[in-house]
Amino acid sequence: MTPFEERVERRWSDGKTTWRSVDLGTVDSVPLGEGRAYTVNNLGIAVFRQRDGQLFATESTCPHRNGPLADGLVGDGKVICPLHAQKFDLTTGHCAGEDMAIRTYPVREVHGHIVVEIGPQTLA
Amino acid sequence: MAGARVVEEILQRDAQRFAITMFGAEPYGNYNRILLSNVLSGSQQMEEIFLNPLLWYSERNIALHAGVKATSIDRVRRLVIGKPMRPTSLPYGLDGCDQSATPIAESYDQVIIATGSRPFLPPMEGMDTPGVFQFRTVDDCGQIASYAKQCKKAIVIGGGLLGLEAARGLLTHRVEVTVLEAMPQLMTAQLDPESATLLKTTMERMGVQVLLEQIATHILGDERVTGLRFKDGSTLETDMVVVSAGIRPITEIAKDSGLTVEKGIVCDDQMRTSDPDIFAVGECVQHRGVLYGLVDPIWEQAATLADIITEKNPQAAYVGSKLATKLKVMGVQLASMGATKPAQPDDEVVLYREPSRGVYKKLIIRDDKLVGGILLGETDTAGVLTQMFTLETVLPERRADLLFGSSNGAPILSVFDLPDHAQICNCNGVSKGGIKEAILIGKCHSVSKVGAHTKAGMGCGSCKSLIMQLLEVYAGEVVEDPSEHYYVPGVPLTKPELIAAIKAQGLKSVSAVFRELAGGKEDPGSKVGLASLLKSLWPHEYEDERDARFINDRVHANIQRDGTFSVIPRIYGGVTSAAELKKIAEVAEKYQAKMVKLTGGQRIDLLGFKKADLPAVWKELGIPSGHAYTKAFRTCKSCVGTDFCRYGLGDSIALSQKIERRFQGIESPHKMKLATAGCPRNCSEAYVKDLGAVAIEGGQWEIYLGGAAGGSVRKGDLLCTVTSHDEVLRYMGRFMQYYRENGKYLERSYGFVERLGIEKLRDVLVHDTEGIGTRLDAEIEAAVAAYKDPWEEATKPVHENQFTNPLAVSVREEEVRA
Ligand SMILES: Cc1cc2nc3c(=O)[nH]c(=O)nc-3n(C[C@H](O)[C@H](O)[C@H](O)COP(=O)(O)OP(=O)(O)OC[C@H]3O[C@@H](n4cnc5c(N)ncnc54)[C@H](O)[C@@H]3O)c2cc1C
Ligand code: SF4
Ligand code: FES
Repeated sequence: MTPFEERVERRWSDGKTTWRSVDLGTVDSVPLGEGRAYTVNNLGIAVFRQRDGQLFATESTCPHRNGPLADGLVGDGKVICPLHAQKFDLTTGHCAGEDMAIRTYPVREVHGHIVVEIGPQTLA
Repeated sequence: MAGARVVEEILQRDAQRFAITMFGAEPYGNYNRILLSNVLSGSQQMEEIFLNPLLWYSERNIALHAGVKATSIDRVRRLVIGKPMRPTSLPYGLDGCDQSATPIAESYDQVIIATGSRPFLPPMEGMDTPGVFQFRTVDDCGQIASYAKQCKKAIVIGGGLLGLEAARGLLTHRVEVTVLEAMPQLMTAQLDPESATLLKTTMERMGVQVLLEQIATHILGDERVTGLRFKDGSTLETDMVVVSAGIRPITEIAKDSGLTVEKGIVCDDQMRTSDPDIFAVGECVQHRGVLYGLVDPIWEQAATLADIITEKNPQAAYVGSKLATKLKVMGVQLASMGATKPAQPDDEVVLYREPSRGVYKKLIIRDDKLVGGILLGETDTAGVLTQMFTLETVLPERRADLLFGSSNGAPILSVFDLPDHAQICNCNGVSKGGIKEAILIGKCHSVSKVGAHTKAGMGCGSCKSLIMQLLEVYAGEVVEDPSEHYYVPGVPLTKPELIAAIKAQGLKSVSAVFRELAGGKEDPGSKVGLASLLKSLWPHEYEDERDARFINDRVHANIQRDGTFSVIPRIYGGVTSAAELKKIAEVAEKYQAKMVKLTGGQRIDLLGFKKADLPAVWKELGIPSGHAYTKAFRTCKSCVGTDFCRYGLGDSIALSQKIERRFQGIESPHKMKLATAGCPRNCSEAYVKDLGAVAIEGGQWEIYLGGAAGGSVRKGDLLCTVTSHDEVLRYMGRFMQYYRENGKYLERSYGFVERLGIEKLRDVLVHDTEGIGTRLDAEIEAAVAAYKDPWEEATKPVHENQFTNPLAVSVREEEVRA
């Protein structure tokens, strides 16, 4: 499959629900160790690229007081919200010591592009 | 206020779940009605009291119909129907809708009614005469204030809390104010007759006339108010009237929709009305027969309702509140809670009165618990008493401590006496129970562990001693956590060990430190502290990795609660010019700053810029960065000194500008705010700055270290006295470098100076007992030389999308099918 074909708009079904792979552009648009925010249709997504190259994707705002998570500090699979320093696990979405969590999305690198999978119901 | 609060609480619990639509009869978003008295008295601007700007709603996808009154709920078709208001009508009026406008209908699954109340209008003739006002909304305030300009005399009808605040507010508009009260005393709900009499004297001393037992029946005047006529036939001249005679819940919409309404909209403990899909909160509610007119109970209602509606806690129940209140108007100290007089034979009354100073304190105690209190003239213990009142704490034996504070200096309220739901950490809202759990179940046996687990103590830190006390009780001892001595949590080394390792291995970047000293684990919480240290250790060779910077330092502006940024152009010594001001004003206007504010450090703060606009903002400003964000040198404030002041002994402006130009942007363990003063009158408050220079007689300057006037208040210690600007610069620089090398990360200068002691600092910095003076001078010089204005990144960004707003990607259906 060429990068262009992979480029996003692929629909696939896991039997019950429809997921979509969305191409967010080239990997280097997220500087190493940082995060960047995207809006896919109306859905806010934050993508993080750890220094070791691992990619993570989550919802873009913090459930605490809507902090912009992509502006947070990243490392060890965690992000720290820039507003009040709540720390979230980028894989599970769990927040250390708090009863809240962020939504996470599967994301991978395909031919130098960031492809995130957005799952059932979330995309209008 | 209740409506917006519920929405906030709901979003906090589950931001994704609901599509929210709001109707508001007032043409604004939510504002803090409590602060209207301050707006009327001019101590706050209208803009300052807005809680959620319109943008807040749109950013959260809340459809807000501002200026649209909801007129009915169609419970069969499940629609809320509203109509726009006529611009001139009162939002709380009985109609006021533009009847010709097309109605707006929104469908619903659940409805929350939070219509509040309207002022009660006592039966009087002539109420619609121009010059008669009510006091409820921000527009009312504006109209009262502007009408007062053409008036000499004003009458306030109603001597309750609000009436008195209105009266005091009117005074600031230079009108003679008279308060009319139908009852024989002021503030009947909150005061007993004796304290009310004292309050009357206090009000009269402030210039407010008080007339008791007076019932007005007519408002006189045709084109505009000219006076009042009383029941006994007598009259009183006035140019305007403000009516503040109580409130009545707004219930029409509930009534018209067939819900149960008595005095207010009847709700159960889940804030549900007689229709299970319709809820109500706030002043429009009648709960267990009680109506509330203060915000504290309303906040509790909002939290309960949010728990219910999001199903986060289906057991949540609001069971009623105990009421405590304060008079906010400046100059009158008054707090009142609960009952005003004893009600049962065994009730204990503790009373202290000192009429000559207008002091009156009364407590009503039942079964060793506080059931009522009045504090007038002196309210020092009001905070503790309110806690004890609402929490029903058992009182200490020495009742005098309750009135005057404890005789032996110990706090009268011990943390052990608090119930589990009492809030210990006010910054992060952590309860005693939460901390207890962290200690007992989570096995957190140090303050920092408790903090990591619960966030308690991680805000301003002022509750740390309470956490310590809890640790002592529940864990038996406070364990010394070795990590408390680490410079940053993610690298297990103290600061001297870390510096030695960094130097020995020549580590010049944050990732190198993680790789070599932390087994490759990149702890995000340690990045910023390490970056700061590395930058001071290697001013020229530091390898700047952007991801190790806090967002403020990536975009060189200060992130604000709504994710926008504020920008402070550097204004050396606080001296600017008309041209510079014009430029600042133009930029503020062009990029729609949401607020333009003068800071305490004599700078101009432009708040509310979008990230993407930042480069353009700086380019157009063309002024260097004012560094309101980095942990670094911030500002050097100055008085006018010898240029204009008749007392000036030294040129404080020139000195402060030299200081600021030299040290701008120098990073340090924490922020540094400086000041210079032209004489010991200290108009610029140099004694309470991290570093201060004060001119004294004989051409000399005193240098002060470690002052503070923020979270802590401390007068700086005198380091030495010198005779020239250059020497001031030299010693300040030496101190800064020494602090950079030896201060703990996030340790303010006042903590540092206290820790080392001023004698030691004087030995090292002035007498050079360690022989490092010349080295310190050279290193700070090197740091100064390495300074670059970060705002140059406006033209040369480090990353292509360093400043972009979220990048939009759209997924189109056709493309999918193709
Ligand atoms: C000047 C002043 C000072 C105060 N000071 C204090 C204080 O110091 N401490 C304290 O605890 N309390 C104070 N209060 C009381 C406090 O402001 C109220 O208890 C609180 O605002 C009530 O909140 P609410 O949401 O129930 O009503 P409101 O804040 O009045 O909100 C109700 C809103 O609903 C709108 N509305 C009404 N009907 C409709 C409709 N049909 N459709 C659409 N919108 C509608 C109204 O226009 C209003 O904006 C003060 C009040 C005033 C007026
Ligand atoms: S500190 Fe002294 S010199 Fe400076 S403005 Fe005040 S009185 Fe004048
Ligand atoms: S908004 Fe994220 S921690 Fe407060």
